[in-house]
Amino acid sequence: MSRSLKKGPFVEERLLIRVETMNSGREKRVIKTWSRASTIMPQMIGHTIAVYNGRKHVPIYITENMIGHKLGEFAPTRLFRGHSGSEKSR
Amino acid sequence: MARIAGVDLPREKRVEIGLTYIFGIGLTTSKHILERTGVNPDTRVKDLTETEVAKLREEIDRNHQVEGDLRRSVSLNIKRLIEIGSYRGIRHRRGLPSRGQRTKTNARTRRGAKKTVAGKKKA
Repeated sequence: MSRSLKKGPFVEERLLIRVETMNSGREKRVIKTWSRASTIMPQMIGHTIAVYNGRKHVPIYITENMIGHKLGEFAPTRLFRGHSGSEKSR
Repeated sequence: MARIAGVDLPREKRVEIGLTYIFGIGLTTSKHILERTGVNPDTRVKDLTETEVAKLREEIDRNHQVEGDLRRSVSLNIKRLIEIGSYRGIRHRRGLPSRGQRTKTNARTRRGAKKTVAGKKKA
């Protein structure tokens, strides 16, 4: 079920505040975050956000097309290296 | 012959069902269209009058995305997902299911026919 429109999109407060201060100060810095559930907002375009994938922070450059998606969608949590014995390289 | 949105409708079927032969119109949408145009869903496609056909055509043209347009928007959506490097895009790229289904077994629709992997017993 999709989220109630009344609540608006979810973004971690701290993340949004940090993006806003960077926007007003015209800064460009990588923000580290653990908040994979946060929605990507229009304010974040052009910033690089490092999203935690359980092991490290994966830097993600936010583009316009990504608005409305969640940060976690861009930092995969699983690494599939292929099955044993299957030598076929892709 | 009733030709709507570039598709020939089956002549012997009820309109309600006939409309579902158009890509993008299922039974629910079909019922909705007939209700809005005031066409009796039980009439056979071949018995539709010209005005009724015109009404249906207009309703579909104005309020529904069907056939080519719909196919295009679907493939653009998939292309967008692939380009932005999202999880769903990666699943599309690899031809795997993108909505969290299991892939240990099944998922044959996305993965195609079975390919036997040599030496896949116990480790």
